[in-house]
Amino acid sequence: MISKRVGMEVSIAAAEAVKQANVDVISAYPITPQTHIVEHLSELVANGEMDAEFFCVESEHSALSVCVGSEATGARSFTCTSAQGLALMSEITYIASALRLPIVMIIANRTLSAPLSIWNDHSDAMSIRDCGWIQFFVENGQEVYDHVFISYRLGEDREVLLPVIINMDGFTLSHVIEPFEMIEQEKIDQFLPPYKALYSLHPDRPITMGAFALPAIFAETKKAQEVAIQASMPKILEVLKAFGDMTGRYYNPIETYKTEDADTLLVTMGSFGETASVAADRMREGGRSVGVMKIRLWRPFPFEDFRKVALKAKNLVVIDRAISVGMGGPVASEVKAALYGYDSRPSVYNFVAGISGRDVAPSDFIKMADKAELEIEEGNREGYEIYGVRE
Amino acid sequence: MTKPEYEWTWKEIPVGNVILEPGNASQYRTGDWKTLKPILDKEKCIHCGLCYIFCPDMAYNLNEEGYFIADLFYCKGCGICAKECPTGAISMVVEEEK
Repeated sequence: MISKRVGMEVSIAAAEAVKQANVDVISAYPITPQTHIVEHLSELVANGEMDAEFFCVESEHSALSVCVGSEATGARSFTCTSAQGLALMSEITYIASALRLPIVMIIANRTLSAPLSIWNDHSDAMSIRDCGWIQFFVENGQEVYDHVFISYRLGEDREVLLPVIINMDGFTLSHVIEPFEMIEQEKIDQFLPPYKALYSLHPDRPITMGAFALPAIFAETKKAQEVAIQASMPKILEVLKAFGDMTGRYYNPIETYKTEDADTLLVTMGSFGETASVAADRMREGGRSVGVMKIRLWRPFPFEDFRKVALKAKNLVVIDRAISVGMGGPVASEVKAALYGYDSRPSVYNFVAGISGRDVAPSDFIKMADKAELEIEEGNREGYEIYGVRE
Repeated sequence: MTKPEYEWTWKEIPVGNVILEPGNASQYRTGDWKTLKPILDKEKCIHCGLCYIFCPDMAYNLNEEGYFIADLFYCKGCGICAKECPTGAISMVVEEEK
């Protein structure tokens, strides 16, 4: 399959995907580094190139609230944000998922203050880790574009009905120009049929959404929600397969790079994956047995796929781009939980690196792998450190 | 027809906890919240209807004899009716356990 490649800023491509996905309602508030996405969408709507309502709201709390309302009437809705904006929105993230409204949101990941910073890390995404949305972390611009279609198709499936977050690293992805294979509109229209809500608000068919629940029924509602997201896993695989059949780009909940025979695996999320792969190649040139495991699907956590890869390795070097202050890296925490039930499990060494946009070069990944292998050999099976901090 | 909330299993709850039956709050027994219930002294009652007007739960209904009587299925026992009654015809008494 040979498609035409075009060069485009990743944020613009993300906005083009939202247009191609026939979104009905966009509600967003500008915040760096997500701004270019909504600016471009605003232009598309204002110029009549996109048939959608664009709501200029006064805050991110309202941005997602509008999406909850519009999605509840059966309109395909989109928003995007970053960092403090996501923090302000966080209250509504829990409501969107509990009401089972398949909104799609792109987060251009950025550091939560303080200190004030506009640069990239995953502290914003981790702040709403438990909000009940399906959560992807993507590695490059093409994946951002592709996951917009994947997310709507997946979220709107009657067997899923959940909102979806696409996490993309701010600046590292949002502001760079990359080559894109755009998908023809007819193909997208086939892949993504118009949204038909299971329940929607309409004066002719009165229903109540977001009602009060007393303790006598609350636990039952949460069990239903937890079962729904756990049960979405086969559907996730099915949609990723269908997308691959259409484009030739097959995605997996856990992506692997030269992991098959590797003793040591670098475990990453987001744009770290490509740099870590370069580092793995360099280490392999030096005769080292290293691969990369990239976690694409963060929620629901793909335990089965993860273990299939992880249990074959001796050392896992988990590189987190956020700190759960007082505990360490949140990804490492999940990784350790996934391995707890297995006697012959790899050692896990955890680095926090690249927080607030500090560059992490291939040479840094090599240094981290060196340090981890050495520490593990010396018996330190629970290592954790913030990488590259001046002493 | 809906049923009391403690009878629902997690599998029966509509997706997103949507309430599909409009007005089903009328099925909800708020009467079991109360510790005190209103008792009307018909000798003192002047049929003014202030209890009916002030009741925040619209629990009062006019009966065939022309008295306003609280429906204990809904009455939460707040005592506003007793407070507002101009002749002191309503008294709040402890509702004993069955």
